Amino acid sequence: MSQVTEYSEKLMDHFMNPRNVGEMENPSGVGTVGNAKCGDIMRMYLDIDENRVVKEAKFKTFGCGAAVATSSMATELVKGKTVQEALEVTNKAVMEALDGLPPVKIHCSLLAEEAIHAALWDYAKKNDIVIEGLKEPVNDIDETEEFYKMQGE
Amino acid sequence: MEKRIYLDNAATTRVLPEVFETMKPFFTEEYGNPSSAYEFSGRVANRIAEATEEIAKLINAKAKEIYFTSGGSESDNWALKGVADALKSKGNHIITSKIEHHAILHTCEYLEKQGYEVTYLDVDENGLVDPAALEKAIRPETILISVMFANNEIGTIEPIAKIGEIAHKHGIYFHTDAVQAFGHVPIDVEAMHIDMLSASGHKINGPKGIGLLYIRTGTKISNFIHGGAQERGRRAGTTNAPGILGFSKAVSIASEKMDERTAHETKLRDRLIERVLSEIPHSRLNGHRENRLSNNTNFCFRFIEGESLLILLDKKGICASSGSACTSGSLDPSHVLLAIGLPHEIAHGSVRFTLSEETTEEDIDYTVESLKQIVERLRSMSPLYEDFVKKEKLSKVH
Repeated sequence: MSQVTEYSEKLMDHFMNPRNVGEMENPSGVGTVGNAKCGDIMRMYLDIDENRVVKEAKFKTFGCGAAVATSSMATELVKGKTVQEALEVTNKAVMEALDGLPPVKIHCSLLAEEAIHAALWDYAKKNDIVIEGLKEPVNDIDETEEFYKMQGE
Repeated sequence: MEKRIYLDNAATTRVLPEVFETMKPFFTEEYGNPSSAYEFSGRVANRIAEATEEIAKLINAKAKEIYFTSGGSESDNWALKGVADALKSKGNHIITSKIEHHAILHTCEYLEKQGYEVTYLDVDENGLVDPAALEKAIRPETILISVMFANNEIGTIEPIAKIGEIAHKHGIYFHTDAVQAFGHVPIDVEAMHIDMLSASGHKINGPKGIGLLYIRTGTKISNFIHGGAQERGRRAGTTNAPGILGFSKAVSIASEKMDERTAHETKLRDRLIERVLSEIPHSRLNGHRENRLSNNTNFCFRFIEGESLLILLDKKGICASSGSACTSGSLDPSHVLLAIGLPHEIAHGSVRFTLSEETTEEDIDYTVESLKQIVERLRSMSPLYEDFVKKEKLSKVH
């Protein structure tokens, strides 16, 4: 059975009309996660102002409908948030905002969360600051393992 | 009515109206169980006997060598498990290829758990099995060789006659999964030395739920479903009379129109291939350029992923399928595309279009135009394409 038929209307909307697709010339932070082997790569660009507020977010994604939609939603969710708040945008938040994901697509939301973290990490490194709670991102997450972990929940 | 261009005929086909008309009376009027004794049922039994003759003729077999099943997967399961069981005292080794349908591969994995050994032959970049490599893989304990007639994903037609000849030279049974080839290309079980052959009704404009296993007379194979005496006691279960009669009608139409249909499909297939390869950069054709099913095309578009492509094609009314992991429910891309040597990231961007005799030149042109837009759109979103373009620019500067 195809998972496509299990996509919510909201997810389809974010796939068909993705928000914030693009690149940034001089981003405050940029992160790329996933790997082409597994079929998903997300790159997130953040423009962060002097008050540490995310002014702009852009993304590019190689992946399935869910991967594109979770990236799109993740950029929407971090915009206007402080870096500390952006760090709190979890994969669950992305999933809920899309009215859920088919079980085999949950890894896409994990990737979106990782993409935010990777961009924030880059920002922190460039500015030589520490964002409390931010760990160095794994930019090559073991999808199979994460997938089964999520399935088991 | 919304636009629909159906280019997934390797998945299933439309039941032809003539086929449906043939089947109808056997649901509501001639519904007798062909195994019963009275004349009302005997009439059905007679029609089935004629239908079986018609089907057997298509592959130069005898009617008593045709065993009806529920479809291709069951036939594949029966051939492998049935021979493995019947010949277990003789040997425990099976040879197959890496690009078989899952009905073969997963059955082989099951048999491996039962103690059988399986050699999965590599294929070349076009998906062809090398008969010399196959011959080398033969051991004294080899009991069965199973190689598909034509691949369901990339359409490559295997050197079946050559493989059959090798199998028979060594006294080993040869089974072929001909689900995609049956009714599409000429098959002769005698000339090609085929001992067992799987076929399915719904791939040739027949109904779903009916298939067959051809078993050469004298082949040692265990019975598959135990119960009544149907299919000469080898595969029990009430005879699917409407299915068989529909299947038979589809076979006679396919047989009659084979040349005409092949010519039509080949012309459109080649138009699709030529236009895609010349008009969409970084695209490739998977499978053999000439030695392929007349209705099959399979492309990879670099830097994009198959499922996204399929959804956008669907929005334009085009039905196709993909070897992308995301459409299969697993996380790996198509085993066939990996076996022909494609890296994972390229295999994820594959799409298969399979034509029918009803496909028109207009359909093909509309598909190409849609593809061009969709590929461009997805590439504009792809970080892989972004990196590629940047690298290209750099190399131009230097």
